[in-house]
Amino acid sequence: MNEAWRYFLLFFGASVVANILLIRFIALCPFFGVSTSLETSLGMSISVIFVMTMATSVSWIAWNYVLEPLGVGEFLYIPSFILIIASLVQFVEMVIKKTSPPLYRAMGIYLPLITTNCAVLAAATESVKPGFFTKLNVAYHYGFPEALVYTIGVAVGFSLVLIFFAAMRERLELAPIPKFFRGVPIAFITAALFSLAFMGFAGMFNL
Amino acid sequence: MEEKKRTLWGELRKGFITTNPLLVLMVGLCSALAISTRVENCIFMGLAVIFVLTCSNVIISLIRNFIPDQVRIPIYIVVIASFVTIVDLTLKTIPAVYERLGVWIPLIVVNCIILARAEGYASSAKVSHAFMDGLGIGMGYTSVLLIMSVFRELFGTGKIVLFEKKVIDLHIKAVPMILIMFPGAFITYALLSALLQWYQARKKPGAEEG
Repeated sequence: MNEAWRYFLLFFGASVVANILLIRFIALCPFFGVSTSLETSLGMSISVIFVMTMATSVSWIAWNYVLEPLGVGEFLYIPSFILIIASLVQFVEMVIKKTSPPLYRAMGIYLPLITTNCAVLAAATESVKPGFFTKLNVAYHYGFPEALVYTIGVAVGFSLVLIFFAAMRERLELAPIPKFFRGVPIAFITAALFSLAFMGFAGMFNL
Repeated sequence: MEEKKRTLWGELRKGFITTNPLLVLMVGLCSALAISTRVENCIFMGLAVIFVLTCSNVIISLIRNFIPDQVRIPIYIVVIASFVTIVDLTLKTIPAVYERLGVWIPLIVVNCIILARAEGYASSAKVSHAFMDGLGIGMGYTSVLLIMSVFRELFGTGKIVLFEKKVIDLHIKAVPMILIMFPGAFITYALLSALLQWYQARKKPGAEEG
């Protein structure tokens, strides 16, 4: 019970309390680029959840069984994690193309974009490499289950906000907005209000 | 367009206004918003980005004729990642700064500015031009970062602290604290970008000049 509660806190903390987009500002480029319509943001969300989970799993194995035992982790972790992510994305793209063409058409453009999505690298670095995980008050041991729960939490938090925000922006198209605030500025003002709302969760864990 | 004479000075200058990475190209936003709570952070982050951008631009411009087209992106990423590792290990010697910049140092690898310049510019330019481009874009990024952080720190806390010394103190009691908190970053950027739109709209009636 206690163990399950800890995992729940970890998941909740990663997805909502320290939300990757609104509280930590990671991966804003796809956030503002993709969130113009609900459909594209759904495609992006599914791809990100999928790739992020796999990237962290492989990075965890690479760190704990290759980089750390050899003692080269400190100066090889950046190139190796980014190469793992890039090759994984390429591999996933090939598999999906072969097995499910409709899914491939749906995710098409978003898959290669994910390589340069900072959220994937950030989640992998934070959950795998000791010393980067400071944001949450939940006990954290850098074990494989924790890394997995944390990453899925981050990905779900990303998707949640992306989809909410896309829905808001579709409404904003119709709203009367002052001339110079049309487009990008109003999107950022909306994001500021979202961020304000999400700051309310911070009190939950005495952060 | 491509044949238009490119002066070195022009390559340096364009990063500030016409192709400012943050305001015009809208890349590399994440780090800018997260870091700009303190002027001090911005100085270190700006230096790190200028270093990585200039070095990777030069290297990529040097080897652009040898790399096959199919594997260019992985090669670019490896070049960038090595320079980021240099920055990562260097900044580790200043623990206070390293702790505050945290995950943003490794994230320079996937900072869209750097890959965008490598792919879009350095892969087809002379070495000297690539060097100036990296320097100019890097300084354009840093200047917007400094504007944002001065605004946020000055009005969010009422003072600017640089290397543990108070540089400016406004002596005001009630400060709009929201500016140094998370929403403040979005609001500051929204104001800057609205200002840019206003400026462009005012310039429009005349002939469009860069």
